[in-house]
Amino acid sequence: MKPEQIAPTRGPNPGDPEPVGSGSPGRPESTEGGSRRRGPLGTRARTAARLLPLLPAVLLLLVFLAGPVAWSFYGSFTNAALTGREARNPQWVGLDNYITLFQDPVFPLALWLTVVFVVASAIIGQNFLGLGIALLMNRANRVVGSLVGLTVVAAWVLPEIVAAFVAYAYFSKDGTLNQVLSAFGMTGPNWLFSLPMLAIILANVWRGTAFSMMVYRAALNDVPIEITEAAMIDGAGGTKRLVLITIPMIKSSITTNLMLITLQTLSVFTLIWVMTAGGPGNQSTTLPVMAFQEAFRFSDIGYGTAIATVMLLIGAAFSVVYIRALRPGKG
Amino acid sequence: MHRNTKLAVSVLMATSMIALAGCSAADAGSDSKTLKIVYEKTDSFTALDTLFKKIKPEFEAAHKGVTVNLQPIQANDDDYSTKLALSQQSADTAPDVFYEDTFRLRSDIDAGYLLNLDGHLDGWADWSKFNEGAKGAGMGDDGSTYAVPLGTDTRGIWYSKPVFTKAGIAVPWQPETWADILTAARKIQATQPGVVPFNMYAGKGTGEGTVMQSFYELLYGTGDSLYNENDQKWVVGSKGFKDSLTFLDTLYSEKLAVDPSDALDPNVWKKVFGELFPKGQLGGTVEGSYTPSFWQKGGSYEWPAYVTDMGVAAFPTQNGDAPHGVSMSGGWTLAVGAKTKNADLAFEFLSLALNKENSLWYDINNSQIAVRTDVAADPTYLAANPFVAAVTDLVSVTHYRPATSDYPKISAEVQAATEAVITRQMSVDEASAAYDKAVEAIVGADKVTK
Repeated sequence: MKPEQIAPTRGPNPGDPEPVGSGSPGRPESTEGGSRRRGPLGTRARTAARLLPLLPAVLLLLVFLAGPVAWSFYGSFTNAALTGREARNPQWVGLDNYITLFQDPVFPLALWLTVVFVVASAIIGQNFLGLGIALLMNRANRVVGSLVGLTVVAAWVLPEIVAAFVAYAYFSKDGTLNQVLSAFGMTGPNWLFSLPMLAIILANVWRGTAFSMMVYRAALNDVPIEITEAAMIDGAGGTKRLVLITIPMIKSSITTNLMLITLQTLSVFTLIWVMTAGGPGNQSTTLPVMAFQEAFRFSDIGYGTAIATVMLLIGAAFSVVYIRALRPGKG
Repeated sequence: MHRNTKLAVSVLMATSMIALAGCSAADAGSDSKTLKIVYEKTDSFTALDTLFKKIKPEFEAAHKGVTVNLQPIQANDDDYSTKLALSQQSADTAPDVFYEDTFRLRSDIDAGYLLNLDGHLDGWADWSKFNEGAKGAGMGDDGSTYAVPLGTDTRGIWYSKPVFTKAGIAVPWQPETWADILTAARKIQATQPGVVPFNMYAGKGTGEGTVMQSFYELLYGTGDSLYNENDQKWVVGSKGFKDSLTFLDTLYSEKLAVDPSDALDPNVWKKVFGELFPKGQLGGTVEGSYTPSFWQKGGSYEWPAYVTDMGVAAFPTQNGDAPHGVSMSGGWTLAVGAKTKNADLAFEFLSLALNKENSLWYDINNSQIAVRTDVAADPTYLAANPFVAAVTDLVSVTHYRPATSDYPKISAEVQAATEAVITRQMSVDEASAAYDKAVEAIVGADKVTK
């Protein structure tokens, strides 16, 4: 059985909706007499009228999204600073910040740690754990299901700073984890000091899994039971049903989820800053931490925004990959 | 920190919303004058907050229609200065009077955040009471004065007499060389397991504390220095730098200091003052002249027995060479914001806060070394705690940080070097080479010297 056969149950294809402003013939477009004869002018006016409600949203996006991005991009070509003579008269320095960045010994490390953090905590940790919990919850009885859901979502609803302190208290030297371990006669290491990356990855998995779980629960609810049953009658086992039926049917949810959690994890700052502040040394300095340190610890705003711009490009690259995967008719 | 960022974001959002909605923000309070006073306040530093709260009603009574708006920033020194610098970006948020660290002063003068006070100081009779060295602390590269010092400090070894006595070391103790410190620390380690023999700060966690209360005492006792004042170049590749790192490496690798993971905790100093010394679990450490302020009545970690249990010694030079001691001095000032609309009022507030009575109160309650000659001669100042005379003596062997605008970045590199060494991520030679490279990148190859 091919997944394409059940496509109609997935609702309208993203390519289907009619393009804005295109008058579809045969349907009365306006009750006003003669409006149809106005031709291109009427169409244009209608287009404008339809776009008008979008204006506030577009303005907000320009102010809060495009504005900071443009400012960060501009700032990365200057030596703007929080103190010193550059704070008074920032100069255009061309590509200097980027040249320094690519020669900075911390940069390759930070880039690598960012990739490790995103792959391990989001793409592997949150994604698979979220899918696993969602699948199990589909089979569990209602009480167990809601209890598990509540537990997982608890970490998600905490404000980030609170979640970060909870994780700090859990992993710190005299924290909960080591106290539990000592109850069993084991001595845990100082997680934040000797295994900083593991600690922040686990903390981020704990904090973010709920999001993937909720996305997948919603997606699994949309898989029609008849198809699964039909596959069962055809003799497909649990694994086979998962791989051949369920996964292909929730493919677009998987891609969307991956894109969202990748971008979220790429920009995680508070969690890492509270738990390890990027240390010891630079052993957990991901790009956001590095950008913060350069911009606000060493007052070098220009250099900090150059790092932020590089992060933006990395995020954009990930988005392109996922958006291509989301295109209908592929795979 | 994140709180700043959040605040900045919410301020940005709020202002943008207003702009978007097309409302015209009314000039609130243009008829009545408001003075915005920004300063640091932490759970262990409340003296300035208390002082400002005391003089606020006095000032408001003397100046009708003026509101003093006190804005304490609850953050550590680093976060405080970041937040202060962010507030300086716009005339709407910039303070009228603010609390400023001397080592950031020149950098901030270069940035144009501070008002030139020459004209105001000429008309202030009290200015002649400030000692000459202290006046220099508020001076910019152009020779004008931009800030008035609140007090200064020195640094020395604070040691626990009971711990030393138990280890068989005679008190009062005064080490002559670095080796004397290690000998004493090893004796403590051998006789009292569980006691930290001799701690010195290291790593980025303790920030300026790492360099002011640890690394520079070592470096300036080797005959080398950080900066050559004569040719205005930064010193790289010195033997003294490596020897200082080696000393820290010895302390941490022999477990004479706290565990490296504790050393990296920005709050380790709270543990030193609040826990280790009062409980007799620490032999000694290098700390500032303000140390008694934590223990005296009303301090954060009240401990009456400090008067008898603690001793002060000068930090020795590497091999016992003259002048037989090393100290570092810093200090904080009050400054007037360059963007202030009420410069005269702001200066009047500053001069009220720094008059003899208020300076005396502040110096005593924050254990500062007085910079006003009339306060220094006051009997109540000298009787404030049993250590005033000893720490004031250290002024004769003290050093100041190079007050250039590159200094904060270079200090951060020194801190990174100590962290790399105590966490064993780099050897002493590697960390020293990395420091040299970083300094050259910051100031340029023509501004360094071997």
